[in-house]
Amino acid sequence: MDKNKMREFARNNVVTMMFIILCAVCMVFSGYSPSYVMYELFGRLSRNMFIVLSLIIPIVAGMGINFAITTGAMAAQISCLLVLEWGISGIAGFGVAVLLTVPLATLFGWLIGKLFNKMKGQEMIGGLVIGYFANGLYQLLFLFIFDNIIPIKNPNLTIKGSTGIANTMDLSKDGGIAAALDKLWRLPFHQAVLVFAGIIALLLIFGYVKSHKKNQKRLGIQLVALAVVAVITQFGPVKELFAMVNVPMVTFGCVAVLCLFNVVIMRTKLGQQFRAVGQSGTVANASGINVNHVRIIAIVFSTVLAGWGQLIFVQNMGAFQTYGAHGQVGLYAGAAILVGGASVVRATNVQALLGTVLFHLMFILAPAAGKNLFGDAAIGEYFRVFLCYGVIAVALVMHAWSENARKKKAAAGEEK
Amino acid sequence: MAAEYILEMKDITKRYGENTVLSNVSLKIRPGEIHALLGENGAGKSTLMNVLFGMPVIHATGGFSGEVLIDGEKTVIASPHDAMRKGIGMVHQEFMLIPGFTITENIKLNREITKPNILSRIFGSNLETLDMKEMSGDAREALDSVGMSIDEYTMVQGLPVGYMQFVEIAREIDKKGVKLLVFDEPTAVLTESEAGQLLKVMKDIAAKGIAIIFITHRLDEVINAADSITILRDGQFVTACETKDTNAVRLAEMMIGREGNDGEFSFVTAEPRTFGKDVPIALNITHLAVDMPGEMVKDASFQVHEGEIFGIGGLAGQGKIGIPNGIMGVCQAKGDVEFLGKKMTLNDARAALSSGMAMVSEDRRGVGLLLDESIEDNIVFNAMQIKGDFTRKFLGLTQRDTKAIRKHAENMIKELDIRCVSSLQHSGTLSGGNQQKVCIARALTMHPKMLFVSEPTRGIDIGAKKLVLETLVKLNRELGMTIVMVSSELMELRSICDNIAIVSEGRVVDILPVNASDADFGLAMSGIKPERGGEAHE
Repeated sequence: MDKNKMREFARNNVVTMMFIILCAVCMVFSGYSPSYVMYELFGRLSRNMFIVLSLIIPIVAGMGINFAITTGAMAAQISCLLVLEWGISGIAGFGVAVLLTVPLATLFGWLIGKLFNKMKGQEMIGGLVIGYFANGLYQLLFLFIFDNIIPIKNPNLTIKGSTGIANTMDLSKDGGIAAALDKLWRLPFHQAVLVFAGIIALLLIFGYVKSHKKNQKRLGIQLVALAVVAVITQFGPVKELFAMVNVPMVTFGCVAVLCLFNVVIMRTKLGQQFRAVGQSGTVANASGINVNHVRIIAIVFSTVLAGWGQLIFVQNMGAFQTYGAHGQVGLYAGAAILVGGASVVRATNVQALLGTVLFHLMFILAPAAGKNLFGDAAIGEYFRVFLCYGVIAVALVMHAWSENARKKKAAAGEEK
Repeated sequence: MAAEYILEMKDITKRYGENTVLSNVSLKIRPGEIHALLGENGAGKSTLMNVLFGMPVIHATGGFSGEVLIDGEKTVIASPHDAMRKGIGMVHQEFMLIPGFTITENIKLNREITKPNILSRIFGSNLETLDMKEMSGDAREALDSVGMSIDEYTMVQGLPVGYMQFVEIAREIDKKGVKLLVFDEPTAVLTESEAGQLLKVMKDIAAKGIAIIFITHRLDEVINAADSITILRDGQFVTACETKDTNAVRLAEMMIGREGNDGEFSFVTAEPRTFGKDVPIALNITHLAVDMPGEMVKDASFQVHEGEIFGIGGLAGQGKIGIPNGIMGVCQAKGDVEFLGKKMTLNDARAALSSGMAMVSEDRRGVGLLLDESIEDNIVFNAMQIKGDFTRKFLGLTQRDTKAIRKHAENMIKELDIRCVSSLQHSGTLSGGNQQKVCIARALTMHPKMLFVSEPTRGIDIGAKKLVLETLVKLNRELGMTIVMVSSELMELRSICDNIAIVSEGRVVDILPVNASDADFGLAMSGIKPERGGEAHE
């Protein structure tokens, strides 16, 4: 029995374990110092985590990985362009972009949700293709409609000597929104840990007071563990390890709020509907839930959140490729959440966060390891792209496989 | 003023196109009584319930005629949701439960108790937080009333099947204002003791004044639990009576019985024969179990003699169709199958076909035919693939022998009277009866020693039925082919078979000679082995 359990655990987490091993190997061969890796990693985490978390709701609602979050990213980039054109700078500009993204992404999400309802069971491939298709419309919008039909007055935004929007959108010039969120409040890592530990402790105590079970032991263990972590990071080698990391508090705060949101929403009536629809459309329908409506809401949530995630991404980068930045958003986020051990039917915050960490660790380490091993950084680059698609393929196959195994087991159980 | 009947359905008639599935059926139910609704498959029970629940399928096909009265008042039930509002609940045969939810969550699905929070004040009541404490309280109460002590926070996943049934009932009870509950074959998946408990719970519920419609095929349960009974047969109302005025044998007769010999099969008859010990056994099946969704076979053992026409009957979903599909390797099977003294490898369709067995599938359009191929290709397909017939060598490559195929197909078309333009017509454009004949032609092309026919007359008209049955008799009598016929139509089995095995709940209940009484067949179908005086039949 124990052996069986271990085997099942291994099967469910094979992608994650594979990635941990690969990351460890790459770490050895990359020759990077750990503190540099941490510095790079936290930079990447701050800009990528939010998007990955936006994938959770559709997975819970039974629609698989929403590759169509690409359209959310497009909504964000459209908002970005408008904010730059209007010259609203800094955090105000960022706020306007966030607000602008909502109606745009809601519209896109609603359309995609409508379409997904016509192709139940094929949402993932549908989402991918919608992403490609939407890219065509996006190009039409940016190459022709903006600047020709909707005049763009800011000369930095258009292609010189021709029409259409320039190839690169630079957010760091005057009136830009580069790092608008990041630079609000930055703290060295060890201080940031203290702040977050404090907040988490408060939340835990709040939860304890509100809960009707009053599990004192659990609260105690959680608080002690938190304190231990907080103390360890203040001293010696651990502090050294994170010495270069400068945490953008507000950005990570947003990620934390989204995590919390993902938890809270599942405890509401709407969340219950997401879960019910995800597990069995027929049963949900029989109990009077409007399945199609719930699915559309799930996609709208996901698209809007992904749009915000893309805004966080571009403000962190300080510039983005007008015609390319959204292209891989769906695939990379999907790969990241799968690396974390999520499947196309089950995903949690922890899996999303862990997946982002591992996936981007790989992104940092693979080129350097490739260069050291094969004498060419391009080979490392090749590996990381190869791995990204490989992970998705493996995760999908693993899912089909364990699903089959489960069915067989269920059938065998019934015969007994 | 309380009406005498909580539900009255008067003169319900329902047609699907030309086909009358219910004619002038009435149903009357008093508050707090358990009313059994009996009938074979196709008797119209489900259609009647669909009418009661206002299912879209009824409205989409032209509605029905007749009246539905609830509490003495004439009502129109527009949709299942409407039925729910009017106090009619259903305990489904397939569980409408979400496995990854706790019992509480399932009981309260879409009727959650919520309390407002910051988000909901801005974005509406859908974002209100669930009040798990209140919900579990309600769930506890409902569970207690069905006599279940299980913790209300348990996941439904992994619960024994019987428990799920009770959770389902608890959910219906938890709905406020339920006046009438429909139990659709609730004991089909339960063990004996669970079924006993269920009947007790049903009586408890009825004692609270909630009326129950109890659909089942287990006659002993009807006698045990029901207060009154309505029997349907072929969409006709047969009788409504009090349980105390009748008994299981009477009920079985009324369910099955057809007066005289006026059935549509009277024109095809074959004298039943008896087979002595000296006739060799063609097929010997011991402890066969087949995993066919919806037609699970648990333990079937029987023997078929050479030259026999052997019938397998029983109600739908009891496993009779699983038997041929298991033997022929279409579905996963376990057990021992001996064919002409040789042990067969199971789960290998090719081996079954090459050993001389052939099958005419019940699923003509799915498994049976390649609908976009011509008739002749369909006829020779298996023979070409398995035995390499109708092929010739040409330039070292195996080619189709078009001439031979054409000749054979035309032969078959003439012999079986397949109505078609030419042998090149696509089989998908044929009528159901003619498709069936193509299937038979294909099976015959294999020159089988044994032929399985599964539901050969399902969905085809009377003329075609006659021809199909006559063909089977001819094959048997003239070519000595052993035939195993599976059919839901008992009359059809009784018209041409020598012996009939009745399957119930995945087991062979009994093997009856054709001339056994209606009551015996009726009892066997409801899972009770009939007692026949000294007529031991192994």
